[in-house]
Amino acid sequence: MARDSQAALVALNRFGFGARGGASGDLINAASDPRGFVKAELARPNGVLLEAPGLQSTPQLGQAVFAYQDQVKQAREAAKETAKETAKATAPAEMPPQPPADQKPALRRNLSLNTAATEIGGQMTDAKPADSAAKPEMMQPNASPPPAAKPAPQPLNVIQKTFRAEALARLQRATLVECGFTERLVVFWSNHFCISASKGELARIWAGAFEREAIRPHVLGRFADMLKAVEQHPAMLFFLDNQQSLGPDSRAGQNRKRGLNENLAREIMELHTLGVGGGYTQEDVTSLARIITGWTFAGRQGQLGTPGSFVFNTNAHQPGSQMLLGKTYEPAGVAQGEAALADIARHPSTANFIATKLVRQFVADDPPPALVARLRDVFVRTDGDLKAMATALVDSDEAWKAPLTKMRSPYDFLVASGRLLARVPEDPGRYLNSLNLLGQPLWSPAGPNGFPDTSAAWAAPEGIKLRLDIAAQVASRLGDNIDPLDLLEFAAADAASIETRRTIERAESRQQALALLLMSPEMQRR
Amino acid sequence: MIDCVENRLLTSRRGLLLGGASFAAWAYLPKFARAANGRDPRLIVVILRGALDGLSTVAPLGDPDYAGLHGSIALAADGAHPAIMLDSFFALHPAMPEFARMYRGGHAAVIHAVATPYRDRSHFDGQDVLESGYAGPGRVQSGWLNRALEALPRGERVWSGLAVGPTTPLVLRGNAPTVGWAPVALPQADDDTAMRLVDLYRHRDPALASALSQGLQLEKAASGDDMKPKPGNQVVQMRQVARGAAKLMAADDGPRIAALAFDGWDTHANEGGPVGRLAFLLGGLDGALAEFESGLGDRWRDTAVVVATEFGRTARINGTDGTDHGTGTIALLAGGAVKGGRVISDWPGLKLANLYEGRDLKPTTDLRSVIKGVLQDQFGLSDRVLAETVFPDSASARPMKGLIA
Repeated sequence: MARDSQAALVALNRFGFGARGGASGDLINAASDPRGFVKAELARPNGVLLEAPGLQSTPQLGQAVFAYQDQVKQAREAAKETAKETAKATAPAEMPPQPPADQKPALRRNLSLNTAATEIGGQMTDAKPADSAAKPEMMQPNASPPPAAKPAPQPLNVIQKTFRAEALARLQRATLVECGFTERLVVFWSNHFCISASKGELARIWAGAFEREAIRPHVLGRFADMLKAVEQHPAMLFFLDNQQSLGPDSRAGQNRKRGLNENLAREIMELHTLGVGGGYTQEDVTSLARIITGWTFAGRQGQLGTPGSFVFNTNAHQPGSQMLLGKTYEPAGVAQGEAALADIARHPSTANFIATKLVRQFVADDPPPALVARLRDVFVRTDGDLKAMATALVDSDEAWKAPLTKMRSPYDFLVASGRLLARVPEDPGRYLNSLNLLGQPLWSPAGPNGFPDTSAAWAAPEGIKLRLDIAAQVASRLGDNIDPLDLLEFAAADAASIETRRTIERAESRQQALALLLMSPEMQRR
Repeated sequence: MIDCVENRLLTSRRGLLLGGASFAAWAYLPKFARAANGRDPRLIVVILRGALDGLSTVAPLGDPDYAGLHGSIALAADGAHPAIMLDSFFALHPAMPEFARMYRGGHAAVIHAVATPYRDRSHFDGQDVLESGYAGPGRVQSGWLNRALEALPRGERVWSGLAVGPTTPLVLRGNAPTVGWAPVALPQADDDTAMRLVDLYRHRDPALASALSQGLQLEKAASGDDMKPKPGNQVVQMRQVARGAAKLMAADDGPRIAALAFDGWDTHANEGGPVGRLAFLLGGLDGALAEFESGLGDRWRDTAVVVATEFGRTARINGTDGTDHGTGTIALLAGGAVKGGRVISDWPGLKLANLYEGRDLKPTTDLRSVIKGVLQDQFGLSDRVLAETVFPDSASARPMKGLIA
């Protein structure tokens, strides 16, 4: 029997995704050696990587989007042609019908045009607002009970299919892992360096690959390596517009009379490294923007390299040396920016910013200053060794003493529920719908600062009511075959409050008991 | 958050509906209305997150430097999509015909070259300053609108604010209880389950008890066919959120004060001119204003809508036909209570020497003065409360007079 269920709750809920139901024995294992239970995952850095059949690389996915866009364009043009011909053909009323050879392709074209219209929604393909607003709605067919007669759903295009496959792989991993500490770290870093899938088709198809390629390999590695991988990833370059930024004095800038876009440069310093107030000026923003001109990805023609892969475009790079944060960076092509990033990565403000965010995520909304200072020192001493940071966090007393008052984010809540119910998802639809409803659409935060990380953000009245509605839905589907009191044993055992236990015991049905269990403070707080 | 006494009243779902904290204060409102000369004032704050390009929304066509700076995306008085002249100098974006109509009717105004006291260019700090009402960024847990609610004199107190969306925007967070609503379609948990959970929370987690109680209550108040979400793009959704909020606020016992936020204004690349991405968003905002007007019906007469953003964008377009983070921008006022038909501006000019740090529209009006003016005229808040509590350390930003008719 559990020796210290309270510490087991910290191990499983604060650091991980909660106890798995069934025969996992998570709570008992965590109780017998809470710190060891959490740290076991840190010894398996390869376990953070995510490979699943069918998941493709960023260039492959980029090419798939280019091909899809070409196809849509052709279909649209062909449909225009057909419409013209039809108009011509129908004008004289007695004209015989078109030869069958022409009709077949026309029909096909009309079908894909439909898909195109849904996808594109006018000319706003690239604009994040139109996209972000339209997508969640399209993705929640299960949110309401099906009406009597529902039109057949559109077949998914390659972008939607990829997004769902990536989501499913991530959800399955989160449901199956033992403690979930490294998966929580993946979510943390992915949100720290977020992109938004609603930026456009490339961002949507790349969202999962970005996390697999730029985040996961470095979650237990070095911060500087993750930073470089992120800022050179096509998804980030696309999300923050750097692929459009041209050095004003570069050849391309001169020829095309276009120039800088400082979006990525600003967010690198403000959100990814130094933090606001971290000691940089507007001059530094502009300077870094110049330094990383030419950081882009190869387009569909492949003139610069394999379509959809990171490339350094010398023609777009601002020539000359640049002054950044008091240091001069001599012209060195892509190495100029890499040198700048390496320095920013080990800046004291970066150490402080990262330590603070990590403690806020795992310990408390108001991070204990002593713990932040300790983590900052680890960051400085180890030159940004993220495994050492994670270890120091688990070794700290603060993380085990702070009360479990943080709210689980919607993602944490849904994953924890799935684990407790021992349901490995086979389709990501319900999760994606629920995340949309609860204000945390997967890989699609409203801004480059990612989703919030404080209880205030996730404990809003509307959010809690929606969680209850979702919990009731889950319970009505699955409540028949489970014993809620068994699940309470798996989730919290003797760390559960008397009130929670009594509320579940006295429920009028298994379904109601399950909904109440999923909504109990033991499942909502971490 | 709600205090415990009120919570104990909520012993049944029916109790939730009739006696909930958010609407429990309705009885005070007639008194409040009488105090304000029979008016029953309402206030809606719309936050545009991402930094609105004020120079593209209300363009200073009369400024000789405007067309050159805004280049390929500049508005013009002629062409296929001419800007709508507001006076001889300023012109409104053609995607906003509803606002133009309100303006001509004297119920909409523009304040140009405004900014909060924040002078750096981080969205998130900028939004914190805009919504917290403090002079600088920092982690604060309450917003100016919530503190304004708290400051309303006893007996005339408006108890509830309405936060639209699944999370409460900072501007409305704080001690004064708020309620939230978001347009979603989901089968709901039954009343009995909800009441049992409220009971459990009340014993184990008072903060969640209060949040859930308020959430349950709002969902009933907002129900009705037109409140269900419909598929559509952001423009459709902006209208829909506004329609729902207006319906709630039009009720006799509905909230008098609401805040909502629209995202997506960070137009770094391919911003577009008379048509394009910004035009699309402005069309949504325009539609939302029209929904407020029609949804509030007779109440529109006493309503003021304030539209504000964290800062403006560069006066000169960047290298990608967009604009980067800037400083001065616009604020919009709309509503029957607004003394409109005017562009209020101490125009700084767009000559290089007049631009803030050589790149941004220089702010000549403190946004806090505008908001303080509206709060004072709508709700009778004193200079002192506005300068110390609602917008701490803002005595130098005097409330702007005469914004409300």
